[in-house]
Amino acid sequence: MAKRQWLIALWILIAGSLTLDAQVTPDRLLRAAEEPQNWLTYSGGYASQRHSLLTQIEPGNVKNLELKWILPNQAFGAWQSTPLVVNGIMYVTQRPNDVLAVDAKTGRVFWQYRYTVSPDARVCCGANNRGVAILGDTLYTGTLDGHLVALDATNGHPLWNIAVGDPKLGYSITMAPLIVKDKVLVGVGGGEYGIRGFVAAYDARTGKQAWRTYTIPGPGEPGHETWSGDAWKTGGGSIWVTPSYDPALNLTYWGVGNPGPDWNADLRPGDNLYTDAVMAIDADTGQVKWHFQFSPNDTYDYDSVQIAVLADLNWRGTPTKAMLWANRNGFFYVLDRTNGRFLFGTPFVKVNWASGLDAKGRPIPTPQPPGQPTYPGNQGGTNWFSPSFSPRTGLMYVSAWEGYASIFRKEPAQYVPGRNFAGGGGNPFTPVPGAPGVRIGRTTPVNNWTDAVAHGTVMAIDPQTGQKKWTFRQYDVTDSGILTTASDLLFTGGREGYFYALDARTGAELWKASLGGQIVNGPMTYSVSGKQYVAVISGNSLITFGLRD
Amino acid sequence: MLLLRPSLLIGSAALLGLLPARPASAQLLSQDHPGQYRQEDIAVGSRVYGEQCNQCHGRDGDQISGVDLRRGLFRRAATDEDLARVIGTGTPAGMPPFKLQPSELTGIVAFIRAGFDTTASVRVGDAERGRALFEGKGACGTCHRVAGKGPRQAPDLSDIGIARPPASLERSLRDPSSAMLPINRPVRIVTKDGKTIRGRRLNEDTYTLQMVDEHEQLLSIAKSETQSIEVETKSPMPAYANRLTADEIADLVAYLLTLREH
Repeated sequence: MAKRQWLIALWILIAGSLTLDAQVTPDRLLRAAEEPQNWLTYSGGYASQRHSLLTQIEPGNVKNLELKWILPNQAFGAWQSTPLVVNGIMYVTQRPNDVLAVDAKTGRVFWQYRYTVSPDARVCCGANNRGVAILGDTLYTGTLDGHLVALDATNGHPLWNIAVGDPKLGYSITMAPLIVKDKVLVGVGGGEYGIRGFVAAYDARTGKQAWRTYTIPGPGEPGHETWSGDAWKTGGGSIWVTPSYDPALNLTYWGVGNPGPDWNADLRPGDNLYTDAVMAIDADTGQVKWHFQFSPNDTYDYDSVQIAVLADLNWRGTPTKAMLWANRNGFFYVLDRTNGRFLFGTPFVKVNWASGLDAKGRPIPTPQPPGQPTYPGNQGGTNWFSPSFSPRTGLMYVSAWEGYASIFRKEPAQYVPGRNFAGGGGNPFTPVPGAPGVRIGRTTPVNNWTDAVAHGTVMAIDPQTGQKKWTFRQYDVTDSGILTTASDLLFTGGREGYFYALDARTGAELWKASLGGQIVNGPMTYSVSGKQYVAVISGNSLITFGLRD
Repeated sequence: MLLLRPSLLIGSAALLGLLPARPASAQLLSQDHPGQYRQEDIAVGSRVYGEQCNQCHGRDGDQISGVDLRRGLFRRAATDEDLARVIGTGTPAGMPPFKLQPSELTGIVAFIRAGFDTTASVRVGDAERGRALFEGKGACGTCHRVAGKGPRQAPDLSDIGIARPPASLERSLRDPSSAMLPINRPVRIVTKDGKTIRGRRLNEDTYTLQMVDEHEQLLSIAKSETQSIEVETKSPMPAYANRLTADEIADLVAYLLTLREH
């Protein structure tokens, strides 16, 4: 009997260690850059540079890219998900809240988990989901009805399912969660429904809440003095995209959305912290260590729900732990991520709602007369879609909207739980009254608004000066994320469905494919059995490319 | 308007007992009166729309598949009461129910019925006189096509009565250059081998342009094969403010409003 027990123990030890090799550990997440064949987290790594060290595909051979496989999606609408790839298995979310495990080499599906979204769910801007997180052999996904679900990565079965926010009040989760150490971190959407936004950390094994930090400070909390009366209770402050993390400082960095009601700042006098700000939150305790607000008392819906790009730069001669931010409000910022100090800011698109930034980075407001266009328009100079930073070129790459303005209007707003709480709106400024404008997404192959309303531009911004090293202009606007690689390639798309490989140094177009559907996710890259693939979603298809054999 | 509205047909059917009695629904303050909604109601509706409906239905009312609120294309409604009912109860397809005040409900229905046109200060004249002008003094058929008759160079007007609200039609007649949609601006293209192409765009992207040329041919142009692409801001259509009286323009507007393919 002793021998049998010994053999069983040995077997368990061997089986356990084999499984351990395949599991994603916190240490692997910390050093994600060292395994470029995998894509372990939404932005590729904690610094959110969306920069891969894979070099097999490079400017000399990128013309030889060919289609490898397509995974179609039956659910209609914008597919914003960034897939993860771990050891040759791709994990991707699909509308409304499905999760699939896919063989990354062939595109064939292992399993599909279907979540039934509650009819109480309400979202402003589409049934979107931007992806999963992975720790160990567990996947984590947020849902439109405000839940966080943990799934077994091997068979797609739910392990636990917790309610994070009440969908009847407009709370939802559309972001891909972030794993930090043994916790899974999420934030909530719903800033158009008068929520009080928050971020939270849950024990990855059990789903038990470790901490919760409100993006709208309550009585007694620092920042509460920037609200008057009860406006904080419906203050908004949603979280739309995955935070970044600096392990040395143990800080998570979150971009916070608009205050509520979106377009009537008169109803909420004060700076309205921490809306339209970046919050630096301690990963262990949830404490707010610092914040920087981009747009105080915002009346334009300039959500600062952009990805916080972390870069260690020799900034104007000084080694700097920097944070780079091309903001929806039209300004490009360089901040010190250790303390939130404003280092530099300058417009990257036309701005007329402010004449500039003061010495502390606070905008100097120049509101336009009613009925006149405000630049940038409601959707901003850029938005939630992922930028990229290349440590090789030292450039920050941004998908921008140019030539784009809105006519904003303020209206009275009465808060009713679960109802839209917007206080007005902003319609795209069109050269002719009543002409079609750009919408929140593209659902037609016919562009009848033309580039007279807005156009997209991929910009390569030098963080030293704020100058654009190069630009690549598109006819329609773009909601596509950007991927750069260590072979100095830049991959991106746009609403027209063209998928490009550009030279990251010069912006020269090296290759393109006409995929047809709007590209609204961030392209990513991975490698299986020594072969590099690039994956992008166009319309209803997840498409991978690789070099001809 | 001479067309039989669907509401009249359904109303008659109900009288004949062919339809179930309508369920008690949120009270509308006004009755069905096609085409004549109060300006104040339309204004209220515009605000309600912007706050509650815009997010899903879109600024122009056509972002839900199969529904075009501005052009009167509905899935489950024909009459004002139907609209009010759908708004109040939601739909199985996923539209949530809305609890609106009676004045808000009246407003939103008026706004939808007015084709989202809040500038309802346009004079609408006599459609028969307008038709005579279209075919006679206005010579509109020289460039525009209606119900299969006329050239295709200028935009087809067969559906213009639901595509555009009255104010937009009036503006286009009085001063077409200022009202011309950017997509309709005339283009002049010179190809790399020296050929000149003139026409009107249908679609465009970063690399190509789709158009109908002056010979009514559909062309897709690769921008890399052109020397120049000029988009003009002056419309080839005459400014009728200089050629017609205000009454005549009002009559033309009335006639154009009757042009509805379905």
